[in-house]
Formats: sequence, structure tokens, C-alpha cells
Amino acid sequence: MTARTSPPGKPLTDRIRPEHPPYGLADYERHGGFQGLRAALKMAPQDVTGLIKAAGLRGRGGAGFPTGVKWGLVPMGAEAPKQKYIVANGDEMEPGTFKDRLLLEGDPLQFIEGMLIGGYAIGASVGYIFLRAEYVLAAERLRAAMRECRARHLLGRNVLGSGFDFELHLHTSAGRYICGEETALISSLEGKRAIPRAKPPFPATAGLFGKPTVVNNIETLCNVPHIVHYGADWFRGLSKCGDGGTKLYGASGKLRHPGAWELPMGTTVREILDEHAGGMRAGLKLRGFLPGGASTDFLTAEHLDLPMDFDSIAKAGSRMGTGTMIVLDDQTDVIGMVRNLQMFFARESCGWCTPCRDGLPWGEKILAGLHTGRGQPEDLDVLRQLTRWLGPGRTFCAHAPGAMEPLQSALKHFRVDFERAANRGVPITAAKTGAQT
Amino acid sequence: MTVSRKPPQAGIQIDGKAHAVDPSRNLLEVALELGYDLPYFCWHPALGSVGACRQCAVTQFKDENDTQGRVVMACMTPCADKTRFSLAHADAVSMREAVIELLMTNHPHDCPVCEEGGACHLQDMTVMTGHSYRRFRHAKRTHVNQDLGPFVGHEMNRCIACYRCVRFYREYAGGGDLNVFGAHHHVYFGRASDGMLESPFSGNLVEVCPTGVFTDRTYGESYTRKWDLQQAPGVCHHCALGCNIMPGERYGRIKRVENRYHGALNGYFLCDRGRYGYQYTNADDRPRRARLNDAPVAAEAAAAQLGEWVAQGRATGRVLGIGSPRASLEANHALRALVGDANFHRGIAAGEVACDDLLVQILRQTPARLASIREAESADAVLVLGEDLLATGARLALALRQSVRNVGFAMADAANVPRWQDHSVRLLAQETKSPLYILGPRATGLDDIARRFHRGRPADLARLAQEIVHLLDYTQPRAPGLDDDAIHLAHDIATALKTAQRPLIVAGTSLESTALLQEAANLCIALDKAGVAPSIALLPRAANSMGTALLGGGDTDAALARVEASEVDTLVVLESDLYRLAPGARVDAALARLRQLVVIDAVSTATTAKATLLLPAGSFAETDGTLVNHEGRAQRHFQVFVPGDTDIRESWRWLQQSAPAAGVDFGDTLDALIAQCAGANPALAGIVDAAPSARFRLAGSRIPRQSHRSSGRTAMHAHRDIHEPRPPQDADTPLAFSMEGARSGAPPAEIPIFWAPRWNSVQSVNKFQHEINGPLRGGDPGVLLLGREATAPYYARPAWQAAGTLEVVWLYELFGSEELSARGAAIATRVPAPYVVVHPDGAHGLAQGRRVECSSDGLRWMAELRLDETMAPGAAGVPRGLPGVPAVRAGAALRVEAA
Amino acid sequence: MLSAEELREIDTELGHYEQASAATIEALKIVQRHRGWVSDEAVADIAAKLGSSPADVDAVATFYNLIYRRPVGRHVIHVCDSVSCWIMGQPRLTELLKQRLGVDVGQTTGDGRFTLLPICCLGTCDRAPALMIGSDTHRDLESVDAARLDAILERYS
Ligand SMILES: Cc1cc2nc3c(=O)[nH]c(=O)nc-3n(C[C@H](O)[C@H](O)[C@H](O)COP(=O)(O)O)c2cc1C
Ligand code: SF4
Ligand code: FES
Repeated sequence: MTARTSPPGKPLTDRIRPEHPPYGLADYERHGGFQGLRAALKMAPQDVTGLIKAAGLRGRGGAGFPTGVKWGLVPMGAEAPKQKYIVANGDEMEPGTFKDRLLLEGDPLQFIEGMLIGGYAIGASVGYIFLRAEYVLAAERLRAAMRECRARHLLGRNVLGSGFDFELHLHTSAGRYICGEETALISSLEGKRAIPRAKPPFPATAGLFGKPTVVNNIETLCNVPHIVHYGADWFRGLSKCGDGGTKLYGASGKLRHPGAWELPMGTTVREILDEHAGGMRAGLKLRGFLPGGASTDFLTAEHLDLPMDFDSIAKAGSRMGTGTMIVLDDQTDVIGMVRNLQMFFARESCGWCTPCRDGLPWGEKILAGLHTGRGQPEDLDVLRQLTRWLGPGRTFCAHAPGAMEPLQSALKHFRVDFERAANRGVPITAAKTGAQT
Repeated sequence: MTVSRKPPQAGIQIDGKAHAVDPSRNLLEVALELGYDLPYFCWHPALGSVGACRQCAVTQFKDENDTQGRVVMACMTPCADKTRFSLAHADAVSMREAVIELLMTNHPHDCPVCEEGGACHLQDMTVMTGHSYRRFRHAKRTHVNQDLGPFVGHEMNRCIACYRCVRFYREYAGGGDLNVFGAHHHVYFGRASDGMLESPFSGNLVEVCPTGVFTDRTYGESYTRKWDLQQAPGVCHHCALGCNIMPGERYGRIKRVENRYHGALNGYFLCDRGRYGYQYTNADDRPRRARLNDAPVAAEAAAAQLGEWVAQGRATGRVLGIGSPRASLEANHALRALVGDANFHRGIAAGEVACDDLLVQILRQTPARLASIREAESADAVLVLGEDLLATGARLALALRQSVRNVGFAMADAANVPRWQDHSVRLLAQETKSPLYILGPRATGLDDIARRFHRGRPADLARLAQEIVHLLDYTQPRAPGLDDDAIHLAHDIATALKTAQRPLIVAGTSLESTALLQEAANLCIALDKAGVAPSIALLPRAANSMGTALLGGGDTDAALARVEASEVDTLVVLESDLYRLAPGARVDAALARLRQLVVIDAVSTATTAKATLLLPAGSFAETDGTLVNHEGRAQRHFQVFVPGDTDIRESWRWLQQSAPAAGVDFGDTLDALIAQCAGANPALAGIVDAAPSARFRLAGSRIPRQSHRSSGRTAMHAHRDIHEPRPPQDADTPLAFSMEGARSGAPPAEIPIFWAPRWNSVQSVNKFQHEINGPLRGGDPGVLLLGREATAPYYARPAWQAAGTLEVVWLYELFGSEELSARGAAIATRVPAPYVVVHPDGAHGLAQGRRVECSSDGLRWMAELRLDETMAPGAAGVPRGLPGVPAVRAGAALRVEAA
Repeated sequence: MLSAEELREIDTELGHYEQASAATIEALKIVQRHRGWVSDEAVADIAAKLGSSPADVDAVATFYNLIYRRPVGRHVIHVCDSVSCWIMGQPRLTELLKQRLGVDVGQTTGDGRFTLLPICCLGTCDRAPALMIGSDTHRDLESVDAARLDAILERYS
């Protein structure tokens, strides 16, 4: 078993061969697999966490919370609760996002290794993979990989003779986007309705079944083995910005070559869209884009030279989110697109808090009216008000505020479209009179 | 939710005004307490905060210089020191209006046909936020409603998804058959399919729901707007806990019963027996006219006739009175005074008298605190000895459901999570519960939260308790004949009780076992000696069992014996059905020996059917009177309305009116009678203060029983007489049968209506509380009567006898075992047919569900056989008081044979 | 009545959680895998198995869109209607499907073969529009025509 000599420049996808099944355990190990775990098991758990902190790994699930800091919140030591959990968030239902699927289908062992190291670092002996139901192939490949690991004492009691026990279970979901929200995910994993929870207590102290729990995105965890194996400095060196590592960027919409690519964190939008996605299809111009999934604010052509990292995109008034872009071209109706987004969010509201439950359907109905020629001038007032009423802090969780991001930015960037649609409709009273005569 | 109060130590500002408040509490409850009108939906004082509705928005400022602030939910925000809040800030105001506008997008706007209309929290909050114009012009989502049984109606289209119903029903009351279904704006609150709500507390949904989704079906059947009800402060008559109720009348009928907040007793909730038990008062077959020898007789003549017979009896010594634990102290006292102490009997059989007397003695002499319902909620270890609380004292069972959460509250304290953060506390606690142990003859509906339970005959349970006593105090003897399991359990329980801060022992008279009561007392003594301060709750059976026990008097067995011995000419029976107290044949034979039987009752019974002179008595709704509850709290209930065109009057008034002819003087008023009762019985001296006297005036005025919006007063009787009749005058209380008078500041015992400007729903109670969840302003109603005496020594144990043949053990039904409530139309549908329960091992081959003949002490009756693994072997469970089940003796041998 | 096989599978899931009720979703999915959908009776049976009430199980079952509380066809067609697929022509795809199947969204074909339902983003946005039939994902359907669609549908009898 030889560790590779030079570290990879694209660690996450290094072992992934498109259109081929993933490596089995032997091949995985031959390509440097489980070196990170072996190294980690020789370290004190807190030192593993320290390493992740030093590497500047920020969560890839959307919020960009520093992973090492999150792990550091888990109570450790003799006083800490015996039972702790680590949970991988593989719900990936954010429209436009298709990166975790790639990682799980392409290299399930890399993810399992990350999970094991995470579990070791926080002292969790049980891990759950929360996987959306539709990822059938990913589930199959994960199961096969877990079987192999179990047979080779990489999972179960006494992992690699280190004294560390780790059981891993695959939980496939039954639908609903809100399951991706980490506290709702925990509710769902407990077999309940996926309703988000109030914080405090934070999952790190009282999560799954009330026990300390860390929830991490799949991509986040996939970075972990490499950090432990090659070190924090190496990881930081991969990036073009302050945050460490590479990022799986993606792009969809009417591009020449939509797809996903592992690139240095901080690669510019223009590079991603033009060089990797091949630019817009012939005859189409870019009108705007959602930088990181459906719940991020629209940016426009003027933002193309921004680096895709958490802070740069935030400064421009949006969020890097999942780093997978959805591109709006000049032939696609922006109101139709926003309507589609709001329909999604309305349908996926958990129904717990009022603004989200009752506000999103209202917004959707108004947009449907605007989209089908039944708009009214007052509609825009209500839409603008909704963006405030459903904003951060006004709702119970971040679902509705996320829904408001594309809406509020669309109202700003594409105002003319909305105003035209709002004035096209016939007022209800006039319609009634018309029907009678 | 159990509340622990810290003294105010945080200085907060609300709209520039400084307030000193308790930092551990949330801003919503504090603001309400301080008198601010801050709208809310998902928060409930007993259920805590979950932050779902987003209605209670306020602006919070970071520091002195922050002018922007940010919108937070008051119910989720602690009152940390130096925090500045604004209710009036534009962002907060517009957010609150927005939430209502959003909630109303799907609401049907059907207030004119909605039973909640005019008493609706949603209406109040809508007006409070200023939302008035509907901009939503799209289709509303609609739902199909469910048939939820005879108690609760369902109109889901009115739902605003505050989640209070499921939080109350499932999380607070432990019900499994109501939940929320679906997601996003299609959330649906109901059952998985149509069918009767199973929880004994289902009726609270009507009050918990802030709009008209869950409504009182019995009220809806002959509906009246809330403001047209005439109301008076009532006390529930259907068990010994004394929950406070608010009955409402219109057109001579009680239309509904609502909860009347009492900080130490029922708080915000009633059981369904208490809420729906009123319907018997409207029964067609109630006695309404005085009858002599089965012919109508004028009321004055009837009273005089009674007086005359009593006078003769007093002269000859051949008169006897049988009182009642469901009648007021005043009525019992008057009867006793009329017939003479030696001739007064209590209206309960010998076994129950022994238990009631022992119970009083224990409560006086125990070193333990006497637990109110609220105190029971705060117990952190509970032992229930023999009581099936969901049937014999349901509201106390609901309190015990909260008591098991105390360990969770302690965990929350340790994690710095405020106790009102309801879901966070539940998350921390998970399945961890404070210990609750239940010892009884068979499974109970509380077992799901019990740490362990144990089944046995009363004598077996007493032995287990004795073992616990021994483990707490080794000077006490071990219990004989226990198996290893029982000894282990005794160890568990002893440890849990000894290590608790606030252990509680609950027992009662339902099994008619003095041994059990004595062990309850012994446990308290042992705990006290072990340095733990216990509390105790002992439940007698009936609403005024405690009062009649304090009054004293013999038992019905003795009374019947005197009648059988032909020592009696006149027997006066007060609000008692002798056929429920003794075997029918015996009663028949005894009554045949009388010259005359006088019966005063509000319901038609087998006894009233035999009356020579029948005097129709007022029900709880037509009378004033005093009851004493399980903790010795004397509480006055008030007449709701004067029944027109009948002879119905208070039992005590019949007796008062017959007194002159009998040569006795009770005065003319209730106050006079109360004073006499208090004077004649030192133990009852305190009852005078249970409520202000009839002379009390509020700012010179009476307290009106009708709301100031009461309508139709001139039209109600127009079909008979177009002149407006003079309202009845009330010489007995400071309340008036009209809408005129003073309202605000009524003494807590005499609040007939909870209402405050802008608060038309039941939520208005927050305006009457000294603190949210705490006592009413001016203190909670009632006077605790039981004086404490020197601590008694341990009670000695009867010699132990191993189980013999199958013995009768009483079982209880929430609906059916209590005489009056079971007569109501809605509850009657839930009263089971007679049955008998035995352990399958004792079934002798008889199959489950089979019709069998039971016999005991020469009594025979038919029943359905129920085989129950959880029934104590050697015991036959007989449901007490069900129609068709005779008055057998607890502990008597029973035979079950194929019919 | 749950089958022995269903019970065995549920027992396996029960072993994965510290609380029995946590297996509720798994149990619903197991039953659905065996029977195609979850009936009222199955809800009650699962509740009995897990020691909870039918209402509690149904509260969970009705929350999740992939638990079917009404009978569905032998094959469920889930058409992604999220934003990337919408941009790439999902409305046209849905119309075509409705036409080929002769049903509206939410309905089952008369022969009980297909049920047509919408679904959230399938995570294959770079090859939109996409749909799933059973557990198969079909991608790159932007310019799909009736013939190609029929050819896909034919694989599911
Ligand atoms: C409505 C909503 C949906 C979310 N969906 C996902 C998801 O599908 N996958 C994911 O990893 N994180 C999702 N998140 C973010 C998670 O709450 C959480 O921040 C993340 O899983 C943490 O992992 P990380 O720190 O590794 O990014 C979602 C958040 C919200 C508010
Ligand atoms: S914002 Fe509110 S209703 Fe929406 S998903 Fe979050 S908690 Fe549920
Ligand atoms: S009462 Fe505060 S959010 Fe509902």
C-alpha cells in the first residue's frame, strides 16, 4: 500500500472516472485512500479538529460555517455525554445543485473516510448518512462501499485496531427539501415530521435524540481525509482566496456545456461559465444567474468577474451557497423563472411558521398571475412586502428567507419585466363587468 | 408548565418605560403581565413558547445607540438585563399586521355563523393589529371536516395553524389520536380518520384553539352568543378536586361550561366530565314540581308539610335525615340541624364513611404538605397508591403528566435553556421522566408515563407500600409475603422518593381500603423522618365528601338499620339515591316500613320514584352553596340563573322554608345559614370567608352576571308578556341577575365573566392574573379549612391474609361512575354497559366478551366478561356506579358464571 | 397485517436507532416498497409495531411527498419541475407526457401502469430536463419527441 507521492491538485475528484463505477476498497487504497484516517487515528481527536480549523475549511452545504469551529463546539472529555453522533447531510435538494451526487456516486469511500475522521474527531461512535431518496445509484454504491469497509474493519468495532468504534447507517429520506435544514434533518432522522428546531440548544450540544451531534455536508466531509493526509497548509494553498481548498462548482441553464468542475476556491464566475461551461448557447445572452442554488440572490453580467468565494459573493449582495450556478438567458421569461422558484419554496415549506406557510403561496399566486397576464399594479407592493415579512429573523428558519433572495433580487434587477407584467392584467372589477355584458 | 419565580432583577425598557422584571422569563408573558396588549397565537401560558406563529413580533435594540433595532419574537426572547424593546416601533407593528394578513388569506371570514364569533382570540388579535382590508384575491385552500364525537366540533377551514391543539392534546395531555397531517399550507389538524376523540381532556381544545376550528358541540346544539350568556362562578360537582368552572345560561338552560382559571387548582384546563357533565341539568325528566303522594302540591304547602313531619319526628325521635356528599354544606347542615345530630346520616355506606373519616384524620395529622393540583405538577417523584386517577380525579392525572417533566426542566436549567422554551426543553429531556410509580388493581391510562407499575388487590398494594415504609425507616416492620419482584420495586420506589426534592404521595378512597390510606400516611411519616419534605394528595370520591366528613354523621347502613327496625316514621333524603348505596331489595324493604319518605333532589332516581313528598332541588347551576375539595378548600359556587315557572330551589332553601314549621330558625338568607353552619361546626368555621357575603358591593354596585353587551332582554319573554319583567333579585349573593353593575375588580371568588377591553376570548384571563400562570389578582378563591394537628404515629397494620376467592375490587369510569354527569346526553353515549374484569387465569374457561352472571352477597346481575392481563389476580373488577351494577361491597366474594 | 418479510426488514432498521419511533419513515418505505403504497391499515400496523399511534404515524406519512397514501400505478413517473429543468423545457416535457399517457399530473393511467407526479430538483441539472421512472433517472430530455418518449415508456410494463 503506497501513498501517492505528490498531492493531487483536485483532491475531491481525483479518483472519479466519469461513466465508470467507483473504485473498490483496494483501488481506493492504492490511490492514497484511508491514509487520512490512518493518520487521524494516531492523533488526539482535538488535534484533528484543530487541523481542520487551521485548514480554513468552510461548510459546503450553503452557509459556509467553519467546519473545525463546528466540531470544536462538541463537548469532549470524560464529562461529555457518551453517545454522540455525526450526520452527513446528503439531502441535496436545492434546485440547481448536483455536486454531492457526483461525489457519492464517484467516490463513496472518500466520503466514508471523511465521515470516520469526523466521527473520531468529535468522539461519535455512530454516524448516519441522510441521503435523499432519489439518489438510488448513490445509495447502492454507498451500501457496497460500507459492506467492504465493514469486512475490512474500517467500520464497526475497533476500527483498524485503534480502539475507535464507529457504526455507519444509511438513512434514505422520503422527500421534502426542508430535510436539508440541519435541525429539520435531525427531526426527520428521529422519524418525525421535518420541522426545524429552535436554537439554543445547538445540535453540537443537543441534537439527534438530544445527544451532541454534528451535521456536515457531503462535500465538506469529502475534503477532510485530504486535509489530514496532506496538511492544512497544502489545503489553503489549493485556494485562490482566504478560504481553503477547492470547490465543486457547477452550472446549469442554456449553456453550451453545463456541468460540474472541481476548481480552486475563488475561481471567477467568468472562468467557470466561459471556460468550463463553454459560454452561452448560440444566440443567447446571459441576463443573470443564481450563484449558488435556488435560494441565492440573482447576480447579473456585471458580476462575472467576481471570485466565487463566500465573502466576495456576499459583498455583491448574494451568497455562494452551494456554488452551483443557474443561468438565466435573455430568451427565458424571468417572471416565469421566479414563479417556478417560488412554487418550489411554497410547496416545500414545512408549514410550521406563518410567514413561510402562508406568505410563500401568496407570492406564488401573484407571480402566476403576472406570468399569465393577470397581474395587477398592487401585486408588486405585496411582493416587495413579502420579501420583508419573510426575511431573516422574521421566520422560524432560513427556508423562507432563502426563498426571498431570488425574488427580492429579481424585483431589483428585472424591475421593468415585473412592472410590465403588473400593468398588463385587467383589474378584477373590470373583468367582472366584461363578463356580464 | 411549572414556573419558578426569581425575584425581579433585570431592568428592561419597553417603549422608553423602565420595568424591573424576572430575567428568566420571556418578554411576551412579562409584557402581558405589565398590561401591554401584545398579540400572540402559538404561545399559551401553560404550553410555553415555540415561536411558530410569528405574531408576537417586537423590536429589540442592541444598545443605547441602536435606532434601527431588529424584529424578534417576544415569546422566544428572554428579558435580559438592560435590554430595550419596542412594541410601537414601525417594523414590529407592520410585522404583526402582516402576520394577521397572512393568517387570514385562507380564513373563511365566517364570523357571523361561527360559534367562536365574539369570543374569538383571532378576532381580538386581528382588531388589535389593525388589519382590516383583504388584499389576497386568490382561491383559498379548503379542508374536509371530521366527526370527532359528541363533545367537540370541527371546522378546519378556520384553522390558522398555530399548532396549539396538537401541543395541548399530544404533548401536554398525552393523547395519541390527534395530530397534524400534511405539510406547507396544507397542514391539517385532526384525527387520522373520523371518530371520537379519545382523550379525557378533549374539551379543552375548544378553549385552546384561538379560533373556531374546535367548538363545543353541546353548546352548538342550542347556541347562544357568549355575550348573551348569563354566567356565575361555579365549582365542578363531578369529583372531589373542586375545579372552578364558568357555566353559562340562556332561556333557562345551561348552554355550556367553560374553564374558570384557578391558580392552585385547574389552571386553564378541565376534564371532559367536568366540562360536559352539566347536561343533566337540562334533562326533561328532572323533577320540576313539588309532589305529594304523586299529586302536585303548592311549594309553600310542601315546605310546611315537611316542617310538620319533622316537628313530629323531633318530638318522637322517629325522624331520620340522610345527607349527601354531592350536596352543599349548607344543605347538609340544614338537614342535620333539622333532624338532630343523632339522626343525621351522611349518604354514604359504612365503608366509605370509615375511609373519609380516616382521610380527614390523616390530612390533619400528617407531617406532609397538602398538595393542590398545581403543587402536584411540581412534584419530582410521585407514588400513586390505588387510584385510577383518570377516572377518579382526572385533572390531577393531567397534573401528574406535567410532574414527570420536572427532570427535564432541571436539565434545561443546567443547560441554560429557559423553561418556557417548550420544544427545546422536550428535546433536552427526550424520554427522561421524573419518577412516577402507580400501584393499582389494573392498568391505568397514566401507565405510559410511569416508571413502573404494580398490580394487586388493595391489601397487596398496601403491603408493598408497607415495604417501602420499612425501607425508608427500618424501625418499621417488613411487609409479609412479598415476592422478589415486589421487593425490588419497593427498593426502587423508596430510593426515588428519598432522593427527590418534592416527593408526592397520592391515594384515595376509591378502593375503600383503609389499609391503603394508612400506608399513604405512614409513607409521609417515614419520608419526613428521613428528612425529605413530602406532600400528599388524598382523594375522596365526591364533590363534597370532604365537607360532609367535616360535618360528620353516620352512614346509610346504620340509617337503614334503624328504618328496618321500624324506629323511623319520616325519612328525609337529601340529594341521594339510596339504591346506589345499598342493595335494592334491602332499600325496598326498608322504605316499606316508613310512614313517609321525603326526597329532595335535582334528578329523578329510583329513590325519588318512591317519595311521598318530592321536593325539586336546584342543580349546581340553580343554587349557591359551599363545597370542600380534597385538600380541604372550601369554595362557594353561585347560582347561574333562577329557573322560571318551576318549584325548583336550593335544597337548603326547602329546608330553610320548612324550618319554622319544625320550630327551627335558619334565618332567611344564605349568609345566615352559612354563619350557623360555621358556628355549629368548628371545623367549618372558615367557610364564612370562602367568598364575600351578600352585602358586598363593588363601588356601591352589585356584580352583574350578564355581560354589558347582553342583548334581547326586552324581547326574550315577549311571547308571554311584552312588558320587560323585573330581573330576579338576589338576596344571597352580591351578584345580580342582570347586566347592570360594576365589573372590574370583582373579588376572585365572584368573577362571573372573564372579559377585558380588547380581550373577548378566554385569553382575557391574563388581565385577571397577578402573574401569568400564577394566582388571580386578590388570590385564588377558597379557604383552606384543615387545621394541622400534632403528627400522628405510624398506623398499625391489619393482620395479613393471603388471597382467597375472587374478591370485588371497584373500578371506575370517567364517564359512568359519577351519577350526575352520566345522565347528560353527550356523556351518556360514552357510558359502557355493565362489565366485569378478571385476569385470564381466573376466567375458568369463560371467553372474553361473553355475557356472564355475577353474584355477590346474594346480589345477582348480568355483565360482559372482560379478560385483562393487567387485572390483579384474585380480584374481580366491578365498575362502580354504572347503571345495572348493584351496590355490592368492596372486598366481598364474587362469583362469575356463564349466563 | 405486516408480512414476515416486512417485519424482518423493519426489525433491522429498528436496530439502527436508539428510539423505536425513529424507524417510522423507514417502516413506511419498507411497506411501500412491498405494496406500492401505504394504506390506512398499514399505517395502523406500523404504529402497533413501533408502539406509537396511527395518528402519529400518519402525521409523518403525510408530511413526506414520497410516501403514497393513495394507490399509485405500477410505475411512478416523477418529472422534475424545478428551476433548471424548467428553463430547459420541463413544461413541454410534462405536456408531452400528459398527452402520451392520457392523464393529468397527479393521476394514474386507466390500466394502472403509470402515475404522473411532479418532483423537486433531481440533482442532475446539467442534463436537464430530467425525470425518474421508478428508480431510473432519464436525462437530457430537452428535445425529446413522442417517439423517443414512447420508447422510454415501453420499457415499463
Ligand atoms: C432550507 C434549507 C435547506 C438546506 N438543504 C441542505 C442540503 O440539502 N444539503 C446540505 O448539505 N445543507 C443544506 N442546508 C444547510 C444545512 O442547514 C447545514 O447548514 C449544513 O448541512 C451544514 O453542513 P456544512 O457546515 O458542512 O455546510 C440547508 C439549509 C436550509 C435552511
Ligand atoms: S421558515 Fe417556517 S414554515 Fe418555513 S420551513 Fe422554516 S420553519 Fe418551516
Ligand atoms: S406567540 Fe410568539 S411566535 Fe407565536
